[in-house]
Amino acid sequence: MIKVENKLFQNRYKVDAGHPHISIRNPDLCQNECKSLQCTVCCPAGCYTEEGNGKVVLITDGCLECGTCRIICSEFRNVEWEYPRGGYGILFKFG
Amino acid sequence: MEEKFDAIVVGAGPSGNAAAYLLAKAGLKVLQIERGEYPGSKNVQGAILYSDALERIIPDFREDAPLERHIVEQQMWVLDDESYVGSTYRSAEFNKEPYNRYTIIRAQFDKWFSKKVQEAGALLICETTVSNLIMDGDRVIGVQADREGGAVYADIVILADGVNSLLAKKAGFHAELDPKDVALAVKEIHFLPQNVVEERFNIGEDEGVVIEMVGKITQGMMGTGFLYTNKESITLGVGCMLSDFKMQKTTPYALLEQMKEHPAIRPLIAGGEMKEYTAHLIPEGGYKAIPKIYGDGWLMVGDAAMFVNAVHREGSNLAMTSGRLAAETVIALKEQGKSMTEANLALYREKLDDSFVMKDLKKYKEMPGILHKNPQFFTTYPELLNRAAHSMLTVDGVDKKSKEREIRRNFMAKRSLFGLMGDAFKMWRAFE
Repeated sequence: MIKVENKLFQNRYKVDAGHPHISIRNPDLCQNECKSLQCTVCCPAGCYTEEGNGKVVLITDGCLECGTCRIICSEFRNVEWEYPRGGYGILFKFG
Repeated sequence: MEEKFDAIVVGAGPSGNAAAYLLAKAGLKVLQIERGEYPGSKNVQGAILYSDALERIIPDFREDAPLERHIVEQQMWVLDDESYVGSTYRSAEFNKEPYNRYTIIRAQFDKWFSKKVQEAGALLICETTVSNLIMDGDRVIGVQADREGGAVYADIVILADGVNSLLAKKAGFHAELDPKDVALAVKEIHFLPQNVVEERFNIGEDEGVVIEMVGKITQGMMGTGFLYTNKESITLGVGCMLSDFKMQKTTPYALLEQMKEHPAIRPLIAGGEMKEYTAHLIPEGGYKAIPKIYGDGWLMVGDAAMFVNAVHREGSNLAMTSGRLAAETVIALKEQGKSMTEANLALYREKLDDSFVMKDLKKYKEMPGILHKNPQFFTTYPELLNRAAHSMLTVDGVDKKSKEREIRRNFMAKRSLFGLMGDAFKMWRAFE
């Protein structure tokens, strides 16, 4: 099992504590309607995890700001996605 | 107080920097807004710099741009699980100045480019996210930034805000991106001593190698892998279409890990220290997926406009060129005393159509569709090719004619004669 945390550990972030830039619009949709939960697979930073009861938990601290989660949630459009406030979020050293 | 500029450029990547630089150099009052701490801090690329596009903007860029290595060798690998069949082109011609392609590290390169933009007279504001376009009816008249008194106005707003371009979506210019039109690429940078990089790739000081990969590393998905040599580091990554990622259970980082474990790749990065892991979307929908790229008071450049030639792995050169053509359009209209209406800005589209940007995208307009419908190009053929090579190169007492017959049988069994002919025709059409 590859731990994405070990990769993200190398990155620099300026976390905007208390102001996540992505949120799930309606958590019930993830838990009850969405069968695939592809956000939990496709997010390259592993920000989305499924809890035992099908509930999806989103923690944006490691977000690489790619936009994948917003685009793949095409059936439900359930991801509210903004860029972090200016200066916050991932800070690529090399890019 | 209301601030008014001739032009506002949103984003400080290659397209935004190209546009802002030329506009400022022409004497226009330019404001450039970047959400990162510094230009480059939000930007990700492989990265290869194509000299020609930059030369047309900053002819003497080689004097002080942070360039890693000029490319002397290009490899193309078709991978199976444990092997690859490859082709290599290496030429001493590529060692003659002026060099045609370089590896770069984007955070450093973008910072350099931005310094040129500021020296040319543009005002750059970092750590500022543009949250919305300010409209007057259908016309864009400015942008709203996420800081106090964040409304700024301009005759023209150039959207260089990258692949996601939230601004165009919020303004209703674009629909959400389709998963089949974007690839998700993940990559890492591994540091090694300079002499190790040079010995491992059989290259001299400043010389570089590019390896492009297709086959099993994408696990059946439409996508490619890459490995580039920098001065004292190696970047490698893999990207696949989001529509394919959506259909399976492998995480992007697992895909990258498996690629790094490939017996042909592992030794190339052995002993390296991984210092950054990045992910980025690449707009690979091609010509048919190009959205609306101009309107009253706005122009769109670079990734936001889907300007990527996925077949040739080119993007930053299309970005810089579109930025340049956008600037030339605005400068021409200003000189003629014309306003920035949609009708007048059609000149931008004309310039693009006349350039390699649209010509190349048009040439490969069928490619994305064909590849989406024919995953065998990423699975069956790499496997068949590798098996054929393995068979022919294994000396085991079986005569070559029998081996050939066996190979032919394998191809027929996997794809049938019509399948093979159809695939050849599809590829011919895609490249025609």
